[in-house]
Amino acid sequence: MSARWIVLVVLAALALAAAPAAFAEGADKGFAGLGAEAAGFDRPIPGTPLVFPRDLGPHPGFRTEWWYLTANLEDESGAAYGVQWTLFRQAGAPGDEREGWANQTVWMGHAAVTTATEHLFAETFARGGVGQAGVTTQPFRAWIDDWIFEARQEAPGAGLDAPGAALSRARISANGPGFRYAFDLAADKPLVLHGDQGFSRKSDDGRASYYFSQPFFKIDGVLVLHGRKVELSGLAWMDREWSSQPLAATQKGWDWFSLHLSTGEKLMVFRLRDGTSRDFCAGTWIGADGAAQTLDRNDITLLPLSETHLAGRVLPVSWKLLVKSHGIDVETAPVNGASWMATSFPYWEGPISFHGSHEGKGYLEMTGY
Amino acid sequence: MKQVYWTLVTLLSHWRRRPANFAALFVGLAIATALWSGVQALNEHARKSYDRAASAFGGGEAQSLVPTSGGAIAQDLFVKLRLAGWKVSPALEGTVLIRGMPFLLIGIEPLTLPRGVRYGDLAGDKGFGAFSAPPGETIAAPETLRDLGAAAGAAVAIDGGRALPPIRPSVGTPPGLLVVDIGIAQALLGRPGQLSLLILQQEPDVETPPLATVTGGALRLRPPGEEEADLRRLTESFHLNLTAFGLLSCLVGLFIVHAAYGLAFEQRLAMVRTMRAVGLSSRALVAAMLGELALLALAAGSAGVVAGYWLASALLPNVAASLDALYGGQVSGRLALDGGWLLSGLGIALLGALVAAAGGLWKALRLPVLVAAQPFAWRKAQQRFMRRRACLSLFAFAASLAAYVWGKNLYSGFAVIAGLLLGAALLAPILLAGALHIGEMSARAPLAQWFWADSRQQLPGLSLALTALLLALATNVGVGGMVEGFRQTFTHWLDGRLVEEVYFEAAGDAEARRIESWLSTRPEVLALLPAARTTVRLAGWPTQVVGMTSHETYRSHFPMLAQVADSWDEVKRGDGVLVSEQLARRLDLALGSELAIPTAGGIWRPRIVGVFPDYGNPKGQLRIDIDALARRWPDAPRVTFGLRVAPDAVSRLIVAMQSQFGAQIVRIADQAAIKKISTRIFEHTFAVTAALNTLTLVVSAIALLASLTTLGDIRLAQVAPVWATGVPRRRLAQLEFLRILLLTAATAVISLPLGLALAWCLVAVVNVQAFGWRLPFYLFPGQWLEILALALLTAGIAAMAPIIRFARTTPAQLARVFANER
Amino acid sequence: MKCDATMDDAAQTERSGDTAGQARASVLRVIGLKKSYLTPQGRVAVLRGVDLSLEAGASVALMGESGSGKSTLLHLVAGLDDAEDGEIFVDGAEVTGLSDFGRAALRRETLAVVFQQFNLISSLTIRANVAFQARLAGRFDPVWQEELIHRLGLGNLLDRYPEQLSGGQQQRAAIGRALAVRPRLLLADEPTGNLDEATADDFMELALDVVAATGCAFLMVTHSARLAARLERQVRLSAGVIEKP
Repeated sequence: MSARWIVLVVLAALALAAAPAAFAEGADKGFAGLGAEAAGFDRPIPGTPLVFPRDLGPHPGFRTEWWYLTANLEDESGAAYGVQWTLFRQAGAPGDEREGWANQTVWMGHAAVTTATEHLFAETFARGGVGQAGVTTQPFRAWIDDWIFEARQEAPGAGLDAPGAALSRARISANGPGFRYAFDLAADKPLVLHGDQGFSRKSDDGRASYYFSQPFFKIDGVLVLHGRKVELSGLAWMDREWSSQPLAATQKGWDWFSLHLSTGEKLMVFRLRDGTSRDFCAGTWIGADGAAQTLDRNDITLLPLSETHLAGRVLPVSWKLLVKSHGIDVETAPVNGASWMATSFPYWEGPISFHGSHEGKGYLEMTGY
Repeated sequence: MKQVYWTLVTLLSHWRRRPANFAALFVGLAIATALWSGVQALNEHARKSYDRAASAFGGGEAQSLVPTSGGAIAQDLFVKLRLAGWKVSPALEGTVLIRGMPFLLIGIEPLTLPRGVRYGDLAGDKGFGAFSAPPGETIAAPETLRDLGAAAGAAVAIDGGRALPPIRPSVGTPPGLLVVDIGIAQALLGRPGQLSLLILQQEPDVETPPLATVTGGALRLRPPGEEEADLRRLTESFHLNLTAFGLLSCLVGLFIVHAAYGLAFEQRLAMVRTMRAVGLSSRALVAAMLGELALLALAAGSAGVVAGYWLASALLPNVAASLDALYGGQVSGRLALDGGWLLSGLGIALLGALVAAAGGLWKALRLPVLVAAQPFAWRKAQQRFMRRRACLSLFAFAASLAAYVWGKNLYSGFAVIAGLLLGAALLAPILLAGALHIGEMSARAPLAQWFWADSRQQLPGLSLALTALLLALATNVGVGGMVEGFRQTFTHWLDGRLVEEVYFEAAGDAEARRIESWLSTRPEVLALLPAARTTVRLAGWPTQVVGMTSHETYRSHFPMLAQVADSWDEVKRGDGVLVSEQLARRLDLALGSELAIPTAGGIWRPRIVGVFPDYGNPKGQLRIDIDALARRWPDAPRVTFGLRVAPDAVSRLIVAMQSQFGAQIVRIADQAAIKKISTRIFEHTFAVTAALNTLTLVVSAIALLASLTTLGDIRLAQVAPVWATGVPRRRLAQLEFLRILLLTAATAVISLPLGLALAWCLVAVVNVQAFGWRLPFYLFPGQWLEILALALLTAGIAAMAPIIRFARTTPAQLARVFANER
Repeated sequence: MKCDATMDDAAQTERSGDTAGQARASVLRVIGLKKSYLTPQGRVAVLRGVDLSLEAGASVALMGESGSGKSTLLHLVAGLDDAEDGEIFVDGAEVTGLSDFGRAALRRETLAVVFQQFNLISSLTIRANVAFQARLAGRFDPVWQEELIHRLGLGNLLDRYPEQLSGGQQQRAAIGRALAVRPRLLLADEPTGNLDEATADDFMELALDVVAATGCAFLMVTHSARLAARLERQVRLSAGVIEKP
């Protein structure tokens, strides 16, 4: 899962809500209004099979949805880079999508580039109904302005008629002040469904979302940083998630990790910090063959190690991460401690590396600090 | 200090016994202040409104993309630009009428709108959702809500049936502006899929494809403040005109002050001499007089500022309407003024009082304590004074002539008028005195002789009031002539310009083609006359290029000022261009010469084959063949049409077109409706002038009344001996009345040539400089008679009260004159 | 002879520059005063070298034909007009050398004038008129004002305006205004010229009485030998000089 709930509060504030008071009210119900009641919207139901390529596309019956890609890259000299590409969809009101400007959908894009010394980001918005942003499935194409994440029209890789074949080859591009990137993506393994076949619980009282990933993307392409071209290659992780009321009212923020182990396995863990009761932890262990195993919440331990002062907040940018069942005992370190997304609603998101029982790299997102 | 204080108290004690004199002084100063500050209030208010409107686009700093050739932007182009990486935000502007009042409706897209752009608080306390999602919100300045008479939350109906979304007041919104979501604006304005500008969020980076590549030249980058600068330049003349008329009226008011103060000075001469004799220094005297003036300026100035505010409020609707109609300048219908304006009003009162009283103060400073007992000196001084006046008058006329010959701008135009009026004002008493002298010479009967001689003696006391009347009458003759001349010219011109029975504008080129082919099948349509337009800048001046056909309709009706023999044929061939009078004057274009016009394909040099009048258009205009336009500006929309239709089929055709095409027709109107709108704009523009004009006349009547009233007591002493020799009071009163009418009539006669000169200056100098067009100079003898009658009526009313008072003077009062005689 | 002696005294005092030694201090000294006017007929010399002196408490009647220059002399002394030559000392200060400001102060504080035409301020009440000069001079004394009003019999006229008073009453107010300031020198220019004989006598009696009470020097221009006789001394102006008797 990639629990980027925080940004949804932006959408909540901006969205074309038929009942706007609900958003204002929602702001103090769970983090970013995500604990607010979602009357009229669909709810995730356990046991619902995900269907592809349909579920790569938007789900207008649900209030909130995103297409999320993070990548750990290196240049020729081995210097670490991080890249983020995100498209959020937020429905202001339930019901059929309306025509033209009356359309109730709001789209928001975030893009970022991180190096050891710099963190550049951009944000853009679009109204639904006029074509400025959207997602189609055949072929897959998600866009806002000139930021595009689309499937390449090439023959799918061998043995990939499984879920996600439509996305086995893709390209992604975005730009912002000081940066512009275009990368090719290729995955040779199917999509990974989190939780119970894609039904991902978020709280003890049954909040949940649909959540799947493509953690096996290989990525390469060109980043133009302040006018200077850099050839980069590395690993990327795509998340797709949608829901209508994914958080409990008392959940205040979260810490989310996506890790590429050097041995080829992948690990996703998150912790939802609860203001009143026990934190909610969840995760998925993905074998090098792509087989996913949902982790027990007691199997996961997350301990903050060092703190950084950023934008008037205190953030734990280094962690100790333990997954007993797989012998994971690592300490993470950020590529750039100041990976701060000072967007309409700010959060920390950036590339990390880890050492200990295992080695590798990945992405960390922290919200609600 | 004690000296000054007691002197001030003593000076002020005079007014208690001369309330009429005080009233004249007070009213004069208040009126002068009111007229000045009223006009200033209008100007300042309008400028402030422009500023607020300009600051709506980030203090005029936001760049925007606008259609290169005018017209609308297709919404698809907005999406195309966004997808190409251009961070632009769509906006649609249009005017809606609410109970006949125009309001600028602007549709914006809150998510992409740059942060610096200030339309007020879009989010409110309910978030953006409330603004954009149906039914949405209308955001407007609190004063706009007051203009609309709407409470917060009300859904105001716009003329034609639809209602605005519930209105929400926001302090930061420019007045007169109604801000709604882009989608709502498109629906309200009946322009789905259309935008009028794209606001640039941020500069595109080097990798972003160039504008021309994305839009094919349909849009251009408008530098920040361009529109504001245009608006300022275009409205500058209007405000200057307003200022000039305000100043003129203010001067008439100051004439009253001068007259009243002069009289008071004469009346207080004995008092002042006595005070000087008992030891008042001249410095302390002047200090006390200045103190008195300051008090007066403060009191009368305050009253004047209040009256000025009232005046401005009364004129504002007309001013706002003309500014909107002529220049598209949005001025809110509610005055909001600050302390600076108040202080400047009081300042002008003080300054005016000082200027008007300067003579008195100077005399007071140099006043000999002893009265020279040589009466001949007075006569000599008077003659010297008259000679000096005549010299000054000649000097003023010469200055006026010089300004006319060498002046090149609007200021020099007003200098011509100022010199003319000043010269006439100086000369008028001399002319009047001469006329009275001739009367005196020709009189035989003793009473008649006395009548003429006495009138001459009275002239100095009345001359200021008569001068004020002269100026007022001349202004009325001049401005009245100009307005009436313009009315005739304009009506005639409209008839020539608006020959087509029906006009309409299609929503886009495709719609235009559809409508065109439909119309070609209609038997009642005699001719379909398309027009295409684009905008260019000639020497920095926004200039419309209109493409038209060389149809017989235009050949025989289109009004021209000058043209070469085969002008329409040359236009038809595509190498002739017709230029508007404004353009010809501004760029100094001559018939037959070449005009360099920038086009996408380079400079085009057609020959100027005609000059046509284009009254009321602040921009320049070129008229060329429609096909020539299409060749050089392929993107210029060809969406407006004139139709020749059998007159009895007009309304049926309009209904049929509306039901057939609905929103594909943006605007449709018949000839009569357009004429009505044009005439209304004209009326609005001159309503202000006419109002100031009338006020000037009223003020001069007050001046006359004030002079006559203050002269009343002096008259008594002059008339008593005549009464004593056996002329009945009734007869004397009649003679008094006759005298006033005679002087007024003489003044009116002098005012006529002055007024005509003024009218000529206005149409041939000021109008050309202010608006770029020259009006034919017409004479309206009927109007002169009206003004003469008005003058006599004015004088009659002004003279009535003093005469009645005189007629009611008891013999005992008259006799006391002799008792007081020494 | 008396006059000569006085003039000698004046000359002597002028030479010695010592006034303190005199039994009666000199309030006014005029030495060699000359003045002419420009008329249509040419320049006419009005004063051709006038010498005159007045001590504190003295009262002198200045007589002469119409046009002999009596009023001109008075105006020059009051600092209302400029002399061409000669010197005027009022209370030790030289009038001829004073600026307008200084002369105004002199008129305000040191001397006072009663005019033939009364010259009351028509827009002020009698009370305000009487107090006017004293207030201007900054030495208004309510007790003295009351006493003056009482002595001059103006008590029941105080709230009236000048035009509501008879000539005699107006002139009583005028002398009240002059004396309210307690001048060192009182000048009167034919104060009874506009009054009938009986009123004039009444006025003179009152005036002399009040002047005596203040102890100021009194110079009065008059045609009337009868009124002149009531003053201490009489001098006659003839052909522009003080006539030797």
